[in-house]
Amino acid sequence: MSRFLEYLLIAGYIAVLLVVSHWIGQQAYSWMPPEATAEAQKVDSLFSFLTSIGAFIILGLVGMMVYSVLFFRAPKNDYSEGHPSRGDIKLEFLWTAAPTLLVLWLAFQGFNIYQQLNILGLQQVVHLHTPLEEPVYAASSDDKPKGAAETIDVFVKQWDWSFRYPNNFTSNELHLPVNRRTRLNMHAKDVLHSFYVPEFRLQQYIVPGRDIDLVVTPTRTGQYKLKDALFSGTYFALMDADVHIESLEQYNQWLSQTQHQPTTIKNQAVAEYTQPPKTFFKSGWYTVAPEQRAIANERKVMNDT
Amino acid sequence: MTHDSSENITEDREPQNESENNWRRYFSFSTDHKVIGVQYMVTTFIFFLIGGLLAMLIRAELITPQSNVLDRPLYNGLFTLHGTIMIFLWIIPFNAGISNYLVPLMLGARDMAFPLLNAISFWILPPSGILLISSFLLPNGTAQSGWWSYPPISLQIPPGQPINGEFIWIVSIVLIGISSIMGAVNFVTTIFWMRAPGMTFFRMPVFVWSVLSAQLLQLINLPSLTGALILLLFDLSFGTQFFKPLENGDPIIYQHLFWFYSHPAVYIMALPAFGIFAEVLPAFSRNPLFGYRSLAVASLGIAVVSIFVWVHHMFTSATPSWMRILFMFTSMLVAVPTGVKAFGWTATVWKSKLHLETPMLFAMGGAAMFLLGGVTGVMLAAVPFDIHVHNTYFVVGHFHYIVFNTITMAIFAAIYYWFPKITGRMYAEGWGKVHFWLTFIGANLTFFPMLPLGLQGMVRRISSYDPRYQGWNVIASLGGFLLGVSILPFIANMIGSLLYGQRAVNNPWHATGLEWQTTSPPPRDNFEEIPVVKRPPYDYGDPKYSVIEPSDYHQGEK
Ligand code: HEM
Ligand SMILES: [Cu+2]
Repeated sequence: MSRFLEYLLIAGYIAVLLVVSHWIGQQAYSWMPPEATAEAQKVDSLFSFLTSIGAFIILGLVGMMVYSVLFFRAPKNDYSEGHPSRGDIKLEFLWTAAPTLLVLWLAFQGFNIYQQLNILGLQQVVHLHTPLEEPVYAASSDDKPKGAAETIDVFVKQWDWSFRYPNNFTSNELHLPVNRRTRLNMHAKDVLHSFYVPEFRLQQYIVPGRDIDLVVTPTRTGQYKLKDALFSGTYFALMDADVHIESLEQYNQWLSQTQHQPTTIKNQAVAEYTQPPKTFFKSGWYTVAPEQRAIANERKVMNDT
Repeated sequence: MTHDSSENITEDREPQNESENNWRRYFSFSTDHKVIGVQYMVTTFIFFLIGGLLAMLIRAELITPQSNVLDRPLYNGLFTLHGTIMIFLWIIPFNAGISNYLVPLMLGARDMAFPLLNAISFWILPPSGILLISSFLLPNGTAQSGWWSYPPISLQIPPGQPINGEFIWIVSIVLIGISSIMGAVNFVTTIFWMRAPGMTFFRMPVFVWSVLSAQLLQLINLPSLTGALILLLFDLSFGTQFFKPLENGDPIIYQHLFWFYSHPAVYIMALPAFGIFAEVLPAFSRNPLFGYRSLAVASLGIAVVSIFVWVHHMFTSATPSWMRILFMFTSMLVAVPTGVKAFGWTATVWKSKLHLETPMLFAMGGAAMFLLGGVTGVMLAAVPFDIHVHNTYFVVGHFHYIVFNTITMAIFAAIYYWFPKITGRMYAEGWGKVHFWLTFIGANLTFFPMLPLGLQGMVRRISSYDPRYQGWNVIASLGGFLLGVSILPFIANMIGSLLYGQRAVNNPWHATGLEWQTTSPPPRDNFEEIPVVKRPPYDYGDPKYSVIEPSDYHQGEK
């Protein structure tokens, strides 16, 4: 009878856990910035799913530990045994098999979502300049660039982003038309950098000497920040650029208007290089000097790479 | 079994005139594994304090969004040295120290297989560490490219300065690697050949299993890092182009070589911690270790799988899809043997008779926090999610839940648990508990906020950030300072107890395991007589260990 009661309690506990962890999984959506691409929704649902499962496991095991701490305390100086059971084959089999199935399920879920992202265009295509490695990285049949309406070249160097639009207009702002597949053709000049917009839920290293393509489909208008996510030297923290997602009309309007009114912009790294902020500790250690680029928006083919 | 060989070694040892209480032997080139173990542990603890100070400087900078405490090159140097010190001069060599102390005792051996090699492995460490830290004094400071030292950024050095921070960094890491390889040879040989009669593999404590697994990883994977660093040194100083992308080199190859070691390194650090949990949890719950064999074998399982997962650090490094998918599957598989461990610990504690002394608090706290570290790890293995949070604070939060909240907690558990054995004195229980609570609260305050910060897109390694991230950063920084404070009661307790603590009996915890059968501290050759092992490990059902010894060892602080 008491055994039956115990099972009943455990079943009740599991039921409560299921409800609670499902709820936590739903909360997970709100822990991330807004979703600005079609890809983002997929990533978030995967994260929510992973969070539910994780919460179930953590709460289950921590619950057992806390319960033990509360109810299984030994009287002081009682060093007799707790219980002599050294193992239980059935239980051990169960808790090896269950996580195996569980992680396979998680991995397939990840795989599925990855496939969908690919169809959306997440998959990058790597072209190489060096013939040496061609066989390894050459585009295989499933590595074909996805069709895109626009292609924008992204140039990145220490510590500056710039973007060249199809009409050869170059700016340090990234403008993307909403709901259009846009291919970003990315080139790094000096060291590795990483293209990262948190709202897009994607990140891609840019390797000097390789052209790396990324196709994005923004779905939400607004202003975002592009960051360099891979440490790239002294002024790494300053390396961001504004991203504007706007309707096609606004996008075209921006393209045609801005190119007639070039403005000078302040490159943050250059500014700080010439006038370092007053910090409490000053080391004065060596740094690579950032290059000044006087004109922010200009119509000129850059020979950067 | 191989008990004869260990006796032969006794012959050609240094003379036995080292008295028990002669502190000078800790500053000597001793070949006693116990002295070497203590030397390792104390030395690495000093490095831990230095690494911790650097972390607090980093956190001081991150209290406010602007860059106003440290100039940028200094900040970059600080996180580079913080990560490097914590990994290569604290956790990995501390584990070598505690393993050095315990493995021969646990196996019933008189010493390690190669005592001289053992001493050499240790003595490489302090000069390498001092060399590394002395690079702060160079005109252009320390290495600044992070502990990954990815090229080409690591190759950007002050022109005309052949001796620069990066150069020193590579040389010291290679030296530390050589020391680790020597240690690994010694451990693996010892575990295979120096076991006492009757000490079969399945009578070895799980701690020894996990040391064996970790040291096998050192042997198999460390050469890859050493090779990568030597090539990097050639690129840096001798004009070669292995990794220079604009001159036909390939920086991505470096990443493969680097992570081929540095992923398993996580388990080289974590496995001994899992071993410590497997010793402490049964002793303080008076239960046999639940599922001993599966936990023992899971150690090897973790080691094997972890060799095949390194690309999960490179999902966004222009890695082709097939590779991403393949390594997503292998990475997730690590969760199976680690899961087996976590279930085994919980089942050991379940329906037991808990004694919540300090070692147990640290072990349970560490095991509980490991769950969050592990779960976030599985999340990171999922490619689509990793592509969002890679290189953000989510990753920093995840790995600190492992390296600090799990492994460093386990290390504290081990120090308290074996303190009576090592020093022959009891520590002060009350101060131990204070230390535990400050650390447990501080650790969560410091590292939990990093997870939401990362989800929101705060990039790691930045010294200034968008003001919208400030809230969580303030909490993390205050938590970090609390962690700094939490170490003070520990140091006071250790030094005070060492000098004035109560005398410890041989087996204050009524634990099983051969190390508890010899005196505290053990004599020069560990055992009066080599024990013969006739019983399974973790025999907590056995009345022999359940009898209360007539002593008042327990009220340490009274
Ligand atoms: C066992 C102890 C620890 C280990 C093994 C460890 C390890 C590491 C590593 C490997 C890094 C990466 C460095 C890099 O990006 O190049 C790092 C970064 C960092 N750690 Fe620790 N750490 C430990 C303790 C701490 C503590 C106690 C604190 C807080 C007080 C802390 C705060 C930080 C911070 C703020 C960063 C910078 C993150 C970034 O900008 O990427 N760590 N740590
Ligand atoms: Cu890894």
